[in-house]
Amino acid sequence: MIKKSDVEHVALLARLELADIEKEIYTKQLNDILGHFESLQQLETTDVEPMAHVLSLFNVFREDKVDRHLSSESVLANCPDRDEDCFKVPKIV
Amino acid sequence: MSLYYLTAHELHDLLLKKEISAVEVNEAVFNRIESVEDGVKAYLTLTRDQAMRTAQSVDDMINAGRPIPPLAGIPVAIKDNICTEGVRTTAASKIIYNFIPPYDATVVKKLAGQHIAMTGKTNLDEFAMGSSTENSGFFATHNPWNRDCVPGGSSGGSAAAVAAGEAICAIGSDTGGSIRQPAAFCGVVGIKPTYGAVSRYGLIAFASSLDQIGPFTRDVTDCALMLNAICGHDPLDATSSTYEVQDFRRCLVNDIKGLKIGVPREYMSEGIDAEVRQVIEKTMSLLEMNGARIEETSLPHLGYSLPVYYLIAPAEASSNLARYDGVRYGFRSEGAQDVVDMFMKTRSQGFGAEVKRRIMLGTYVLSAGYYDAYYLKALKVRTLIKEDFNKAFEKFDILLSPTTPSPAFRFGEKTGDPLKMYLSDVFTIAVNLAGIPGLSIPCGFVNGLPVGLQLMGRPFSEGKLLQAAYTFEQNTDHHKKHPEL
Repeated sequence: MIKKSDVEHVALLARLELADIEKEIYTKQLNDILGHFESLQQLETTDVEPMAHVLSLFNVFREDKVDRHLSSESVLANCPDRDEDCFKVPKIV
Repeated sequence: MSLYYLTAHELHDLLLKKEISAVEVNEAVFNRIESVEDGVKAYLTLTRDQAMRTAQSVDDMINAGRPIPPLAGIPVAIKDNICTEGVRTTAASKIIYNFIPPYDATVVKKLAGQHIAMTGKTNLDEFAMGSSTENSGFFATHNPWNRDCVPGGSSGGSAAAVAAGEAICAIGSDTGGSIRQPAAFCGVVGIKPTYGAVSRYGLIAFASSLDQIGPFTRDVTDCALMLNAICGHDPLDATSSTYEVQDFRRCLVNDIKGLKIGVPREYMSEGIDAEVRQVIEKTMSLLEMNGARIEETSLPHLGYSLPVYYLIAPAEASSNLARYDGVRYGFRSEGAQDVVDMFMKTRSQGFGAEVKRRIMLGTYVLSAGYYDAYYLKALKVRTLIKEDFNKAFEKFDILLSPTTPSPAFRFGEKTGDPLKMYLSDVFTIAVNLAGIPGLSIPCGFVNGLPVGLQLMGRPFSEGKLLQAAYTFEQNTDHHKKHPEL
């Protein structure tokens, strides 16, 4: 059972600021959704390998050399605030 | 017949015969957009000037006697979660409402290499999270067959654009059915290729182990042409397959004699509309008449695919969407006290309700104490679902089902209850979990709304799906019907 305090904790982890009404709604909906998913717990899966990915890929490497890349200007063109070649943000500490 | 309702291969033939020009084709489509777009709302951004320039260059090639690729000058719409250099790309989210990508997605680059004329960027559920396009951060798209109904989602804009004659073909993405379900609802052909068959580079990530790009077209021949254009290895996507790409035009053969088709009983029992069942049964008889051998089969763990999907996809999404923090692009909330406050306010004001719900769900199932019970459990059951498919494909070439349990639903019908909305994906999501290809083709109508047939195959058996779909299409005329707008 997910409580409102759990929702507050998860919201902080997800960097979301929720209004009180949103906390109420998400508490109910997350309980409904996960309640509906309880059927999974009936399955015996002790010896089943988890599948993160359908492909039988392992590490995909390339040579460690400078290839074509975007210019700083084109990357910075979309940022809300900048200082020359840096992204600018409000104070951190 | 109006130019905007022709197929790409029909238009290509007319271009080669010089009976029409690429500029005329694009003018016809943009005039069509002008007259019907207010009622459909398929597009978030139109790129008319760019399309007309490409069309002119294709006409110049033809007039100079140079050969042109099969899709040259064809008006194609692109889902707005796929990056287009210099053209606003929003994923239908306010959090990146003003993002102008500095690069093209690989599919966009490949299509540009074919000289397609990009008509614009189509509407979707925010970050592709939804089944009706009602979750768009901007506006809803309407179903061209009945404007009181949804076009499906998340690629609702792409499907509606092709159905309404506002594009000849379109590109979408499919994480749990987001190509096949809207294709079914709008009466067009849509395919989710095998995971890894099409590069995801430049696709705004939702759930990386499930996302795959694919085309919407008016018929199976165009589907083959679009796959030819977009499949293939891409070093920029580490999950891109090195599987050798075939010319899918060779699969356009009207012959399914001896084809072994399995019908999983789980797909035909759970909550499927009686009328949809009738249409599917009629379809099966037609396939049998053409020589296919149809048998019932079973995918015992199919019923678990909905919970598995709605644990894995939000988990991956919560991680993928961590990047939207107001630092490098998009919306930033003003007046924050410090950087964490800025992250919190930006994300809370920028994301819509469904996206926040999935981030919350995903963060919860990945958080300490719940990871094993939910996320790890889901990954294990994903293995069981994949094994069910492997087993079925030992015996059958293709599996068949309705694409959706019922035709397009009405606006607002499912928005109040997220679970109800999630259930509309119940027939499509297992294909993404298993990483196999799935194709939806129009196979009839119920109350004036299209019904889709889903064909599923082994990894990299797109050719087989195309051949079966092509044979079906040659013996029916559903693909020749168009909505009245």
